[in-house]
Amino acid sequence: MALSKLENLYRQMILEHATHPHHHGVLDKADQDIELRNPTCGDVLQLQIELKGGKVADIAFSGSGCTISQASASMMTDEVIGKTPEQIAKMVVAFSEMVTGDEPDDVDEILGDAAILAGVAQFPARIKCATLAWKAVYQATKTDDKKATLGFLHHDE
Amino acid sequence: MVKKMSSYVEDFPILKQKVNDEPLVYLDNAATTQKPRAVVDAITNYYYHDNANVHRGVHTLAERATEAFEAVRTKAAHFINAPSKDEIIYTKGTTEGLNWIAASYGQTHVKAGDEIVISYMEHHSNLVPWQQLAKKTGAKLKYIELQADGQLDIESAQRQITDKTAIVSLTHASNVLGVVNPISEIAKIAHQHGAIMVADGAQSTPHMKIDVQALGVDFFAFSGHKLMAPTGIGILWGKSELLDDMPPLEFGGEMIDWVQLQETTFKKSPWKFEGGTQNIAGVVGLGAAIDYLEQIGMDNIQKHEQEVINAVLPELQQITGLTIYGPQEAQKRTGVISFNLDKLHPHDVATALDMEGIAVRAGHHCAQPLMEYLNVSATARASFYLYNTLEDGKRLVEGIKATKEFFKNGTI
Repeated sequence: MALSKLENLYRQMILEHATHPHHHGVLDKADQDIELRNPTCGDVLQLQIELKGGKVADIAFSGSGCTISQASASMMTDEVIGKTPEQIAKMVVAFSEMVTGDEPDDVDEILGDAAILAGVAQFPARIKCATLAWKAVYQATKTDDKKATLGFLHHDE
Repeated sequence: MVKKMSSYVEDFPILKQKVNDEPLVYLDNAATTQKPRAVVDAITNYYYHDNANVHRGVHTLAERATEAFEAVRTKAAHFINAPSKDEIIYTKGTTEGLNWIAASYGQTHVKAGDEIVISYMEHHSNLVPWQQLAKKTGAKLKYIELQADGQLDIESAQRQITDKTAIVSLTHASNVLGVVNPISEIAKIAHQHGAIMVADGAQSTPHMKIDVQALGVDFFAFSGHKLMAPTGIGILWGKSELLDDMPPLEFGGEMIDWVQLQETTFKKSPWKFEGGTQNIAGVVGLGAAIDYLEQIGMDNIQKHEQEVINAVLPELQQITGLTIYGPQEAQKRTGVISFNLDKLHPHDVATALDMEGIAVRAGHHCAQPLMEYLNVSATARASFYLYNTLEDGKRLVEGIKATKEFFKNGTI
């Protein structure tokens, strides 16, 4: 049955995150507010971040998107709380490499549960869905002009 | 004796493959169509035997290439019943054709306070060029409403088209809703108010007999690749009295009559619009595609697609939780079916169908204002063509049922 392959992409944990996303909604007070769109499919993601002592204290997302984009956003929000912008930048790089088929070292350690999205690499048409939330958190937390290192984020544009 | 429609599949080598271990069912024809051997062979033969630049050089190959290039102009004119081959302009596709009308006719005829009227169902290529023209000229862009079932609202058209209207531009057939618009009726309204009528034929020309004179339009654009020709070639047809008046947009080789140091005169239409070396092989491929379609017969193609839709639409309507956009009666539809499964995002549906070897499109279909009008972020879309069989329709229905079962708890 051909649909059995789908289980590589739609793991149980991914479906749970998509159905019951974590940190879904809006913050009362946000230091960073960003909206990103996926121009090829029309998906939209709003992300809000509250920073305290140079770390992400709270985060919320809203918008519309497919299972992969929603699950990825939900997992991302779990993983970046308590992290500094520098740590987040590393996570975003690792995530981007992972879903484009590279196997970065210590991916489980860097990305936590979000490492389960590695299966996306077998579905190239869905990479953009997975990376949208990570692009958003990167842009919302970058502290200086990191355009020079942004190349990896444009692989799918 | 007409060949059985299902036997045309044999002409398309690409369709004889497995995708994700399942026999391919290609249902993304509104995006682009597959090419029969006849088209691929025509391009190969052109490059193997006749390749040269056109309209220059006296050698034999140049003569052959020019003859082939200009013969397709005549063929394309017959294909859409244009009064003259000199009204057939080669473009790279519908988008370029519509852009040229906006940039050349539009910039010279539309002024501040004028109106440009389109509809809510337009593809971005029949929307953004007019939006840009409106911004540049100070004209107002107005939209014709749709009826609840997705058909164009004629009464709204009567309200929106006024004596201030300079241009009305509508898609002939929707790439999302599967409806065919009453172009000749709207053209009459436009002309009564002194406006010109433009039709976007990208989704109609591949599937039905086109007669630009019966449609009563002033301009008509279509793409080759949606009717089995290669990508990068299309046709813009316009009435010669309008074309003769329009300034060229690309200056350079091929399109000039006489160049002096400070002044240049241009060739007459259509050649004045065709600056630079053209997509000659694409033109040859387009000619072969038109031959292929006409040998089957546009009426037979339309009839076959109608039969497939007649069979598949009621089956789809039986699936609980499946929303089909556009009219629910098969006889009001073309071979384009946009749909959503309850609690599922169309991307997830398209990935699941792909795992079953079924190619459909998911997204906004380059019609974001329409998506907003329908109050959806995106849809899945299956679009049929002459090589699709009743069996393909069954595979789609089974595929959607299996997808629904796989995600039985929903994901959004």
